[in-house]
Amino acid sequence: MAKAATRDGYGNGLVKIGSNRDVVVLDAGVSDSTRTNKFQEKYPERFFNMGISEQDMVGTAAGLAKCGKIAFATSFAEFLMGRTQDHQLVSVAYSGSNVKLMATHVGLAVGEDGPTAQAQNDVGMARAMPTMIVIEPADAVEAEKVVEYLAEHKGPAYVRLGRPEVETIYDDNYRFEPGKSSKLREGDAAAIIASGIMVQESLKAADILKEDGINVSVINMSSIKPVDREAVKEAAKTGAIIAAQDHNVYGGLGSAVAEVIAQENLNVKFEIVGIKDLFAESDSGEVLFKKYGLDAGSIAGVVKRISGII
Amino acid sequence: MKTKLEELKEKAREIRIESLKLTHQAGSGHPGGSLSAADVMTVLFYYHMKYDPKNPGLESRDRFILSKGHCTPVLYSVFADVGYFPKSELASYRKLGRLTGHPNPKLPGVEIATGSLGQGLSVGHGMALAGKLDGRDYHVYVLLGDGELNEGSVWEAAMSAAHYKSDNLIAIVDNNKVAQDGIVAEMKGIEPVEKKFEAFGWKAIRINGHSIPEIKDALEQAVETEGKPTAIIADTIKGKGVSFMEGQTKWHGKAPNDEQLKQAIEELQNG
Repeated sequence: MAKAATRDGYGNGLVKIGSNRDVVVLDAGVSDSTRTNKFQEKYPERFFNMGISEQDMVGTAAGLAKCGKIAFATSFAEFLMGRTQDHQLVSVAYSGSNVKLMATHVGLAVGEDGPTAQAQNDVGMARAMPTMIVIEPADAVEAEKVVEYLAEHKGPAYVRLGRPEVETIYDDNYRFEPGKSSKLREGDAAAIIASGIMVQESLKAADILKEDGINVSVINMSSIKPVDREAVKEAAKTGAIIAAQDHNVYGGLGSAVAEVIAQENLNVKFEIVGIKDLFAESDSGEVLFKKYGLDAGSIAGVVKRISGII
Repeated sequence: MKTKLEELKEKAREIRIESLKLTHQAGSGHPGGSLSAADVMTVLFYYHMKYDPKNPGLESRDRFILSKGHCTPVLYSVFADVGYFPKSELASYRKLGRLTGHPNPKLPGVEIATGSLGQGLSVGHGMALAGKLDGRDYHVYVLLGDGELNEGSVWEAAMSAAHYKSDNLIAIVDNNKVAQDGIVAEMKGIEPVEKKFEAFGWKAIRINGHSIPEIKDALEQAVETEGKPTAIIADTIKGKGVSFMEGQTKWHGKAPNDEQLKQAIEELQNG
């Protein structure tokens, strides 16, 4: 299978939609890392590098959007969400600006750059923002499709994109729809609901479990907000749900799934796999995933434990 | 909208009185910074800017952003008077409906929500960039407070606008020298403010912000300026026109009572 990072899917998606003259792309001085440089090469007149000033970038994007542009404002998640939350709230969400907040470099998967680059509370912040939809694609194809979707649908969105290359899961027929998840594996022992790179780890976990004769469902919940409530209800029928996220255990996808479980009175065992309210350190994403319990083996272990297999 | 110049002083008086009535009626709001900005607002909306209240989405319109978003008394007084919405709606100021304490774009004429300081200049610059991209010749006017210049994001925007040579962006600083917590110069001073803007690559013009001819001339100079954005530093008096409000911190965010309103209106009518 081909490998590509979701940030690469973003860059490719931008080039695809670039023929729409209303599309503008902004970056805060990291365009080579976020892949917005691909758009810049093709459409330099509609690319705005705002320098290392994320607040200004988000405000400028809102101004462009208020004049009819579809503005993709891009930076590393830690800085985009961390520094501009208030601008997102007032100039984007409250103002109804057609701005897409494109955040790359998320979670422990970032690796060597360490905790100041390993954004882990951004989904919680984005989810709490009224009217903001929150998306975390699982592969480069889905990332590209999300970009195509966003270009056609007005309103603010926060999109989480990863740094490392990941296996390509989807083909070109895939269509993204908010509030809709996709089931990648079918099994009745438990259901793993994941987003982003954790979909990849969950698929590997499913393979590990299968060797032990345990069949689990794996659901890609790329639409974190709105969450696919029906899919959570369906998943509960297995008796055990594991929500897997490269994000702090507070406020992320796991919290979104927990809300559904509680609000729907679902009788199901539940656990969140994620960053356990701590700051990690530097090393490769693989090493960090293993140490902090986000890798496939750890997920498989959690599945076994909560479904009562061991 | 071209009102005769000699009528603007009278218009500013009406706007000041309406602003005070609004805060009085709501029992809250920000009269001090509304009175200081009233002359600038009057010249912008009754003389200088190109816009049509009957067609607020007109693509060629000049854009205005009240970055010091707490000064809705003066904004709504002007908007109702020019016809963005019926004057009767002013009764709902700070109550259920569109006339929120700080502006939001559900109200015609409001381009963007403000109320968290330091955001308007970036948004205005985005609108200026869009104007250039689309080959339109409108200008974007952003009214900031002097205390607001303490926000770092204002200077991020200042740096960008000069970099992009956005000469269709005009910042106006209502330099009333008083913020919620006291005298700006004592808290975190902004002077020499023209030099700061000039160092960032802007043209800076300093004027008496209560002189209608000076405001008019500065705006015309700003429009003529090419290759760089313009900052107009309008020296003003917080609470201008009402003796007990002038220069007083406590009138930043407090409504006048019945008696105070009566006295203020009398002073404004005789001033």
